This record gives sequence, C-alpha cells and structure tokens, in this order.
Amino acid sequence: MSEVKKIATRESYGNALAELGKEADNLVVLDADLAEATKTGTFKKAFPDRHIDCGIAECNMMGIAAGLASTGKVPFVSSFAMFAAGRAFEQVRNSIGYPHLNVKIGATHAGISVGEDGASHQCNEDLALMRVIPGMVVINPSDDVEAKAAVRAAYAHEGPVYLRFGRLAAPVINDRPDYQFEIGKGVTLRDGKDLTLVATGLCVSGALEAAEKLAADGIDARVINIHTIKPIDEDLLVQAARETGEIITVEEHSVIGGLGGAVAEVLSEKYPAKMLRIGVQDTFGESGPAVKLLEKYGLDAAGIYQKVKAFHS
Amino acid sequence: MTDLELQKMAVEVRKGIVTAVHGAKAGHPGGSLSAADVFTYLYFEEMNIDPKEPKKADRDRFVLSKGHTAPGLYSTLANRGFFPVEDLPTLRHIGSHLQGHPCVQHTPGIDASSGSLGQGISVAVGMALSAKLSNDSYRVYTLLGDGEIQEGQVWEAAMFAGHRKLDNLCVIVDNNGLQIDGKIEDVCSPYPISDKFQAFNFHVIDVADGNDMAQLRAAFTEAKQTKGQPTAIIMKTVKGKCVSFMENQVGWHGKAPNDEEYAIAMEDLKKAGEALCQK
Repeated sequence: MSEVKKIATRESYGNALAELGKEADNLVVLDADLAEATKTGTFKKAFPDRHIDCGIAECNMMGIAAGLASTGKVPFVSSFAMFAAGRAFEQVRNSIGYPHLNVKIGATHAGISVGEDGASHQCNEDLALMRVIPGMVVINPSDDVEAKAAVRAAYAHEGPVYLRFGRLAAPVINDRPDYQFEIGKGVTLRDGKDLTLVATGLCVSGALEAAEKLAADGIDARVINIHTIKPIDEDLLVQAARETGEIITVEEHSVIGGLGGAVAEVLSEKYPAKMLRIGVQDTFGESGPAVKLLEKYGLDAAGIYQKVKAFHS
Repeated sequence: MTDLELQKMAVEVRKGIVTAVHGAKAGHPGGSLSAADVFTYLYFEEMNIDPKEPKKADRDRFVLSKGHTAPGLYSTLANRGFFPVEDLPTLRHIGSHLQGHPCVQHTPGIDASSGSLGQGISVAVGMALSAKLSNDSYRVYTLLGDGEIQEGQVWEAAMFAGHRKLDNLCVIVDNNGLQIDGKIEDVCSPYPISDKFQAFNFHVIDVADGNDMAQLRAAFTEAKQTKGQPTAIIMKTVKGKCVSFMENQVGWHGKAPNDEEYAIAMEDLKKAGEALCQK
C-alpha cells in the first residue's frame, strides 16, 4: 500500500461544506472559535454571512443551532468531539435530539489520534454518547471520499446527525468509481470466510492492511466498513456472523458503547457469535504523535493483526 | 385589547393554571401564576400569532426558557384558541399532549421544547439570528426565571445576542424572587440583574410591577422601538400571584393544590374576576 494519498477527514468536512454551500442556501456553519482547526475556514471564506462564530461557548452554540434549525436553516455545528458530544451533551440531547431538529454536528479531532494535545482533548466516548440519543444518526467516515459523501448524506437527511472526523491524515481507500454512500448501509471491502473484521473510521484502513497480513498466514478475513454506527447495518453483521463465525470490531474509541458495543448488542440478540472488541480499552489517552499512539494502543495494522491472530488461534 | 380586558383574561389564564396543576396532581403553579400577566400580554396583545395557523412562517416566536412553568403557557394557549381549555386538566397524564415541560412535537403553539434550565434562551437567540440572516421581520421572545439565570449558558447566550445586536430579541426575566431552595439572594444571588444584562450590551427595561398590564405594555412598546441591541425586560412579580395562600410562598414552587386548596384558589380567582367586572 505504498504511495496512498492521505487526507484528514476534518479537511474533507471543510471542503464538502464549501462545495455544498454553493447549492444549499439554507446551509449555515457554526463554530466555537475553532474554525481553523475544524477546517470550516474554506466555507467561511466563500460564505462569510453564513458562517457564525459563536465564541468559546459550545453549549450556547448547540442551542443557537436548534433555533436556526427550527426556523428553516440547516446548521452544521463544528467543534472538537470532546466539546460537541462531551461538554454539550445535554444541549444536544434536550435542545436538538428531543425536538428532533435538523441539526448536523460536525465533530472533529475525535479519538486518540488528536495526538500531542493529550487525554483532555482525545474523545473516545463520543460514539457512545451520541448513539444513545433517540433519533440521532451517528456516522464515522473512514476517509476523504466517505467523509465528503457523508456530509452530503447528512444534509439530505431530515433530522439530527452526528458526524465524526479525525485530525490525522487518513489513507484514501474508497476512491473508486462505483463507491456509493448510504446512511445505515455497511460496506464489505474484502470478502473472507474465516472471520470478519468490522471496522469504522480511521481504523478501516488498518483493518484492511491487517487482513492482508492474515491472508499471508492462511487466515481469510472479511472486512466490513461500518460508517454508520446508528442505525447500524444489522443484516450485514448477522450475515457475517453466520458465514464467518468470529467477529472482531475495530475502532478508535472506547470498546465500551461504540462500535464494539453496538455490534455486541446486535449479535447477542440476533446471532450470538464469538467476539473480540479492539479499541481503546477502559482508559484515557495521553500525549504523543498520533501514529505512535495508534501503535501503542494497538490500533494500527500491526496491532490489529496481532490481536486477531491471538484471538483466532 | 384594553388593559382591563387583558387583566380579565389573565384571571382566566390563572384559573386554567390552577385547574391544570390540580388535574395533574403535580406541576409548578407559583412561577406560572407570577408570569400569567406577561403570558397573557404576549399572546393576546403583543405577538403576531394565529391559533388557526400555529406554524405560520412569519409568526413571532416564544420560547419558555423556564419550561417548568408550562401550565402558564398551556393555559394561555388554550384560552387563545390553540386547543380546547378542556385539555388543561390532562396536564402530565399519560397520552396527553400537555407534557410536564413544553414539547414542540406534542402541543400546538409551542415553538421550542424546553425545561432544562438555561437552554431556551440559546434557542431563542438562534431563532432571532435566523431572522436576521434571511431578513425576516418576526420577533422572538423568551421568558426566564430569576433562579434560572444562575445557569452559565444564559450568559453565553446573552453575550452572543449583545455581540450580534439582535434587536429582534426580547429576553424577559420573571423576578419573583424565589427558587426551590429559598430566596434567590440567599441561594446564590443573581443581583444586580439589570446591570448584568446591561454589561452584556442589552437595552434593559426594569418593570416595577410585572403583574401590571399598563407597565407591561409600556415595556414591550419600548422594546419594540429599540434598535441596534437586544432588550431585556426585568420584571418584579409576585410568585403565586392572585391565589391567597400561594403568594410569595416558596413551597408553592412545584406543588399541586389538593381538592380543598383548589376550591379556595378558584374562589380567590372568581373574586378577582368579579372585582375587575366592577371597574
């Protein structure tokens, strides 16, 4: 996998908004003094009147988004995952989720790949927090192509959507002519019969790479990309459990309540299967270069490979 | 409507509040009664609304940031014709469209779901901003409790509204002086309230008696004429107003009257109504 193009999905978010802004007059973008980092700057430059900087006040920003949505605008609210899903959780729940308002939350800097800023800014809990809100769609795209498609799909969807983006440049893996994005539909990226890696977000490319290494050892791994954590593609997961037996989830999020939790919920009820949840264990992150952290926490291809190897044997 | 007609209507609104809370066997009569006059003024005199078309695009918006006083808003909406007054005793019952706190999906005439304190003002600010973005002429009103302004989010919203010069926004603070744990100045004093809003670049109007229609009329007229900054109306009111045993009693913040108390309250209101008819 040499010479693969890499783009951080936060860049994709900003670019997609700037594109979509040309077509959609009712689209407005909100930031809380992080427009530089959330990459909405391109939208701001193109549509200064439709970019609202709320200052460092995320809770108020969520309420403002609710007011905008209830009067016909489609707000994309941008901040770090820690503050969008964490700090403003109750505003998202009560001001946006409960009235089922058409607000899109663009949360960047999710997971440990935030890197040097450390644990205070590394949100490994956002998927769990957002998933539990009734009616909330939760999307975690794996690369630039998927992230841009997800922004468009979120705009087209009527109702609240949480979009998770990363700071670290991610390999572009979906750049193919037949690529299609549909909310709630998982994508089988590699077929296999011995086990299934169910990955999401930044970890999808690592899971694909790990599958190649496993193949060299004679283990035929299926790889499924679950870009929509909620509603999750139950049929695809049940089919994978039925056909391959073992299910391994891979995510840059706590193993509690995120993809691993969601898959375990589905399978325990519909088709119990032997499972392994790879992700951030019940711990906080730490400072360091993002790539080194992914390695340390076993979320890179090598880490995934080793864990699957031990689990399968 | 004349001030006298509005006063009479406020008595009807209060009857509805007492009836609703009695029917629910729970709820918040104190702050509903203190705000009954401002609810009445807004929905019968001030706001551009149409009960036949509750969602009309150019309507003025109201957000009840102090959402626990939903009985006051419900009674006002019912008396204004958004839904039958007979619905009021179903408050908080299973299957009723009258939820414990305002819910936009359930009740005709409700513009925002609220109840978690401090959040409604932000939603109102978003609505006002929205009107500015698309050059719409509707105004946005939001009612806060004086205890509620202890929530930090209120000041985030105030800072933003002042910064953006949202002169289509009118924030009203119901200064009845009491919150669940006691007097607001004993629990965690928000005073001076007016100075605070002024510091956040609001035009501030102090209303000495927020249970007086003439004073409310003067305040809202001034608010509407204010350009270039949002308005905050800080109105002194009496919690539990017009029900003898509830007035200024902290215990009646969130408690329903029993049958006997209900009869006394309705008698108080009947007399208040009759007194107005003598005028």
